[in-house]
This record gives sequence, structure tokens and C-alpha cells, in this order.
Amino acid sequence: MRRIGIDVGGTNTDAVLIEDGKVVRAMKAPTSEDVTTGILDSLKSLGSTGLLEGKKIDGVMIGTTHFINAVVQRRHLTKVAALRLGMPAAASLPPFCDWPEDLAALVCGGVWMVEGGHEYDGRPFMPLDEAAVTTAAHEMKEKGLKSVGISSIFSPLDPSHERRAAELILKVIPDAVITCSSDLGRIGLLERENAGLLNAALADLSRDTIAAFEKSIKDSGIAAPLFITQNDGTVAEASQARRLPVYSFASGATNSMRGAAYLSGLQDAMVIDVGGTTTDVGQLKNGFPREANSVVKVGGVRTLFRMPDLLSIGLGGGSHVQLDPLKVGPLSVGYKLLKDGIAFGGKQLTTTDVAIASGVLSLGDKSKVAHLDAATCKKVFAEAARLSEEAIDRMKTEAGDIKLIAVGGGAFLIPDKMTGVSEVIHVEHGDCANAVGAAIAQVSGECDQIFKDMTRVEAISAAQGIANDRAVAAGAARNTLSTIESEDMPLAYLPGNSVRVRVRVVGDVAAS
Amino acid sequence: MPLRDITLDDIESLAVGAWVLGTGGGGSPYLGLLNMRALYKEGYKVQLMPASELADDDWVAAVSNMGAPLVGQERLTDSRTIARAVELMESHTGHKFRGIMSLEIGGGNSIQPLMAAAHLKRAVIDSDMMGRAYPEAQMTSVAVGDLVPFPLTTVDVRGLESVVEKVPTWKWMERVSRKICVEYGSIASTCKAPRTGAEVKKWGVHGTTTKAIAIGHAVREAQRKHEDPVAAILGVEPGKILFKGKVMDVERRATEGFLRGRTRFDGTDEYRGSNLELNFQNEWIVAWLQSGESGAKPVAMSPDLICVLDSVAGEAVGTETIRYGQRVTVIALPPPPVFLSEKGLQHVGPRAFGYDIDFKSVFA
Repeated sequence: MRRIGIDVGGTNTDAVLIEDGKVVRAMKAPTSEDVTTGILDSLKSLGSTGLLEGKKIDGVMIGTTHFINAVVQRRHLTKVAALRLGMPAAASLPPFCDWPEDLAALVCGGVWMVEGGHEYDGRPFMPLDEAAVTTAAHEMKEKGLKSVGISSIFSPLDPSHERRAAELILKVIPDAVITCSSDLGRIGLLERENAGLLNAALADLSRDTIAAFEKSIKDSGIAAPLFITQNDGTVAEASQARRLPVYSFASGATNSMRGAAYLSGLQDAMVIDVGGTTTDVGQLKNGFPREANSVVKVGGVRTLFRMPDLLSIGLGGGSHVQLDPLKVGPLSVGYKLLKDGIAFGGKQLTTTDVAIASGVLSLGDKSKVAHLDAATCKKVFAEAARLSEEAIDRMKTEAGDIKLIAVGGGAFLIPDKMTGVSEVIHVEHGDCANAVGAAIAQVSGECDQIFKDMTRVEAISAAQGIANDRAVAAGAARNTLSTIESEDMPLAYLPGNSVRVRVRVVGDVAAS
Repeated sequence: MPLRDITLDDIESLAVGAWVLGTGGGGSPYLGLLNMRALYKEGYKVQLMPASELADDDWVAAVSNMGAPLVGQERLTDSRTIARAVELMESHTGHKFRGIMSLEIGGGNSIQPLMAAAHLKRAVIDSDMMGRAYPEAQMTSVAVGDLVPFPLTTVDVRGLESVVEKVPTWKWMERVSRKICVEYGSIASTCKAPRTGAEVKKWGVHGTTTKAIAIGHAVREAQRKHEDPVAAILGVEPGKILFKGKVMDVERRATEGFLRGRTRFDGTDEYRGSNLELNFQNEWIVAWLQSGESGAKPVAMSPDLICVLDSVAGEAVGTETIRYGQRVTVIALPPPPVFLSEKGLQHVGPRAFGYDIDFKSVFA
């Protein structure tokens, strides 16, 4: 197996080449304004060493913050037609009703609500009003809308109305790009619909970005398929990623955690990723980050879909240090570290300065930080450790000490002994853990559904079957699938022993 | 005190405060809040009226949404449905309602009367029938008062409407209306037995909308100023801190249509070394404290309000969503006096939930 992993971050584009499970080469390049130049540069310099000469690359896996940045910065978004199947319910809360006004104004191309949807037990809520869907499609066409987000009540249980509506729209607008909310899973109409509408808003950007990625790879002379990394630490084939760009929203942090798991060989541990400004803490379960189970806001929009459960604190290699009274972070010099830090001739005392003074790092001009005595350095490190310990403890899901993998450029702030931690593990190539995580990503499938009148065991196995099929559809090899998450919750108030089951499986990328 | 306008900011606070008074249940007020934001944007307005302003022969509608929170997450809430349940009751009984009140101030039902009031241009009465959230129809002040439990209207947004004309007891009302609700798809907008002004004045739990707004306002102000939100709540309510700790374990099971279970906490701060266990049936019901060598003792129980708050944000943590590792402060708030009588405790005391212990109030 030979793969290239690339993580396009806000500051750096990291790239690694992994061959038969070993990191052969890792490199960092500044992220370019147009993103793709940075990727091309990375690929070229990987190739320039002659390392890739005559060798088959199995895949280039790219993690990018491109899509989430577009939403946060309100750039490159497509006008979307929202079609909800669920009338007469919730007419007073139409699509876009809880979006920030500026974003809604940019994205909303029109709202159509027609009869349809299901009940929790599978009965239709209302028959799908096909004539109304077709009328809506003609109106969308008239307005020039091509990107459509369809949502329907209880569609994670029964997606048939959304699928049928998509067919009807395609008859009228053959080149429509359609997002069905059931493709994004979770129960909770408003949040699922929001995720679908965001996804539809990224239709053009997604098409262009993925095409540019493919071109970068081709231009670099590498013949390999492109995969895009997802929020949950897996990859999707370029064609599927183009269809569901929201699944790539939080892939950067996830890739770091997956890389940490890979580089350390540990499947269950806490990971602390110390960057320049912030530190992300997350927990690995079976080699994957634990998922957030609640509403996640993206660019001010409430969504509910696969995102890693992370705690970010304002601590990093660029954190401001104040000595009296002692305070570390949350302010940071960020990317200006090599200019503003005292050891580099600047005026702001940072954690990196303290590390230089105490001999932990050899960078900059040590004489400029000679005034920091050992006791002072010790106090600053102790404070950074305390902040980290608190964050780690908050992220634990059960009592007891846990192993901790420290990665990222600021990992020097993490001491070898910590409260609540059984062992601190620093790994080689830890500063490129994100690109490593991208390179080793697998493919996943998920099911989140309510099952009735089944035993708990039957319900879980039914959910597993659905998740397996979805993983295979996403490009996984069936014989490599394994379940990495299984959660069931009995439902109060619903009759018939209703139980909600969520299962996630992963597998290796199937050979093409 | 005459009628006063409820501002949208009041409703934002109400959503936060009602969630605290939900004592772990009652459902999230978020969708109701969204509806009110939309209605206020369209120019609708709602006024709040103290029960004392009611004439004895006025009629008041009592409303609530009934059903599974999960179905509500998919069907959402249409503000007109609850208004329709009130209209149906008016046409069925021939009474013209002076005002609309909530059955349950805790959780999402706190906002139901506001939606109905906006559409029907009536006042919201500043009283409810629980002063918190409870899982069943007989756990109300009016059931303690043995007031007539019927009629009841239920409405589904698709034009399904039914009236329960007569039942012998509140328990029967719970059973029959729950069956209708399940047929509708496990959610229904309901208007409970209408009350006269005299009945509301005698049996209502008063000032609870104002109270929820005050609690929510205190929390939001504290958040804005980065102050301690729990202290802010205790600044507006005569509550007591029971425990500060971290969630160690959550055990849930669905039985007879309820979410039952328990949550264990390890003490932090001045509570380090002791443990708290909370038992719940949709809402937090009994708190058991273990400190030192002695066995666990019940330290708070229904009808005292047990509220679990996020120690940093001050917002309430519900029984459906609480999870390991959360840092919480558990407080008790005083119960409505109506539940402290012998009859009241029969309806909502610890034995009503299957705990064979005598009620002892935190505030006794």
C-alpha cells in the first residue's frame, strides 16, 4: 500500500507519503491562497526526491477546511431551492427559519413545502403530493435554481418520499444537483434539513474544488485516485465527496486524531493536538474520534450530523504568557510567532519563549530569554499542564487514568506526567499527524434509525446490515468491514418497545 | 397589577428559565421559541395577566403539547395547532376564554399558551398547574384539588380533532388521552378541562411565567457578564445548592412509556469525597447523598424541584441528554405549596413514583 496524505490547514499544507505502513517522507508547505497551488507544490516536492519514480500510488487522500471556511466566511455559496415534504406540519417553521439572516439571504433561493413525510412507525404522515412537487420544480426552473435541498419528516426511517421527489425534479431540471436530507442521517428535521441546505449551498464550490484537486494530482504527474477525508476520520471517493461536502467540515482535527492513533499504535486513548493558538482534545475509541451527540453550529446554523466531539482551549505554542499574576493563553501571536516572540526579537512573551529558555526547544536566540529562570519556566509549564489536564478530564467518558497521545507543533507543552493520565506518548512525525491521518483513512457507513417490535439484539443487527451496505456503497471492501460504534437508546413515550439504534462501521478502501 | 406586554427578550429568557424549571424533563422550549420569534417578527404580541385580575366567572383555557419529544423533533411545532385546540374547546363548551394558561411551566409547554394567545388575541395567565414539569396528568394542582378532569380536546395538524367528553378520574384522562395521542403519531396539541377564574385563583400555581423569565434573565445576564450563573439563579429564587460534581454514570431504561433511570455524580469543590445519585422518571425525582461511611440518604425529593445545571453555562441539563463528564451544580427550588398537603403528596410525593420514603423538604 502506498498513499499520499495531504492536510490543507489554515497556515500549512502538510503532506506525507506512507509506504507499507511507514511514513517515508513528511513535509510542510505554506497554504496557498488558491489552495490548489499549495497542494501541487507539496505533491511536486514529494515527487522531486525521486521517491515516487515508477511506483504506483494507491490514493491521494486530501483533508481540507475549504468547505467549512466557505460557510463561515459566506463565500462561494450557491443559491438553493428548499423543498420540504411534511405539510401540513410545521408550516410556521419553514426551511431557513433559524439561519442567521445574512447567510439565509445569500443561500435561500426559495422555499416550497408540500404534503408528504412519514410517522415514527413507518406509516406515511401524508401521501406525497407529486403534482405539487412537479409544480415546485417548474417554479425552481423558472427562477434558474439548480441546487435543491429536499427534506422530509422522519426520512432517516423512510427516505422514499425524498427519493421520489428528487426523481420528479430531475424530470423537470435534468441537471439539478439534489441533496436529500436522508443522506445526512440523523433524527431532528430542522437540524438535518439545515445540514442538507448547507450541503446544497456548497454544490458549485464542491464541484470546482474537487475538479481542481483532481487537476493538481494529474498535473503533478501522479496517477492515483482522489479521496477526500471526512469528519469521522474516514474517506469518501471524490464522486461521493463532491455530493456531500458537509461531511468534510471538521476533517482537519479528526485527521490529527486518526494520525495519532496510527503513529502510536493505540486504538483507545485521549489525544491532545497542540497547535499555535488552540489545543484540541478528543478521545479515540477503536481508533476513531468519539462523535458529538448533540447540535453543532456551523457558521451560525444548527446542524446535527457526524462531527467529532472535541474540546478546544486557548493554549498553544504561540500563547501569550503573563508572569504576575501567572496567565497562559488564551491570546496567541498565532502565525506571527517567529516575529513577535521575544526569542525572535519581538515583544510578546510566549510559551515557545519559555520552552527555549528552559532548553526544551532550540530555536531563535536563547540569550534574549535568559532572564527567565528555571523556577519561572517551571511555573509556566505547570500552568499549561493544568489547563491541559482539566480539558482531558472533561473529555473523559469514564473514570480512571487514560493514555494520552500528544501531537501537533506545540506538543512540547505536554509533560510526561499528568494527573488523570497513565502515560504520555509523544510520537515521531507527530507534527504531521493530520496528514498521516488523511493518508490512512478508511471508509465508513452509518445507520441511525428507530426499530419497533424487535429485540434489542435484532434491532442492532438490522442496523448493522444497513450500515454495512452504506459503507460498501461509499467504496469500502465488504470483507474488511468492522463495527466501531453501536449505541441504542430506548424511547420514552413511544409504544411497541421502540428503540433507536445508531451503528457505524468502517472498512478499507476497496481495490479499484 | 394589570396586563403587561411580554417582549421577545422576555420570551428568550422564558425559554432558558422554563428549561430550568423543567427539572430534567418537559422537553426543550427551542421550537416554541422559534415560533414566537417568527410571530413577533410578523407583528404579533402577547400580554401577561396575573390570575388575580380574573373575575370568578371568567373562563380560562389550559394548554399543553403531549407526546414524544422525538416526534416533536421531526414534526416540529406549528403555532396554529395549539390555538386550534383552544378554539375547538370554545366551540365545544360555548365558553369564551378570557385568557390562556400553561398546564406545565417546566420545559416546552411554557411557550404553548403564548403561541395560542398570539393567534387568538387573548392574555396569557401568569399561572400554571405544576410549577415545574411532571410526567402525568394527575400530577397537577387541579387534580390535587379534585377539580373536574374533563372535557379535553386534542388536535393533530392534519385536521384530526377529538374531544374527550367525560372520564371519572384524572388517571382515566391520562389513559384515554394518551391512546389518542399515540394514534395521532405520538404527538398532539391539547386543551385541558377549562377552568373558571375562581378555580384558577384558588388552585393555580401563580406567577410562574414571571418566575421562569426572571430565572432565564438571571442566567443570560450572568453569561453575558461572565459571572456565576448558578449564583445568579439563587439571587432571584430562594433555592439551595445540594451538590457540585461530575457525572460518573447514567443508566436509562424506557418502561411504561417513561424514561426511567439514575445518574451518579462524584463531588467536586467542597463536595469532594461524597457522591450523589439522582433517580429520574422523565424528571429528576429523588436525590440520594452518600458521604463518609454512612449509607446513602435521600436529601431531596419531589415535589421539591431538583434542577441539574451546567456549572459553567448555568443552563439546565435534561435526563435525556445528560452524559458522563459533565460538570454540574444540583440545586433545589421550593415546591408549590399545593403539593405539600397530604393530598398533594399522594399525587406527587416520593410514593407516587414508587419510592417508599416519607417526604422531607429541603426547605422544611
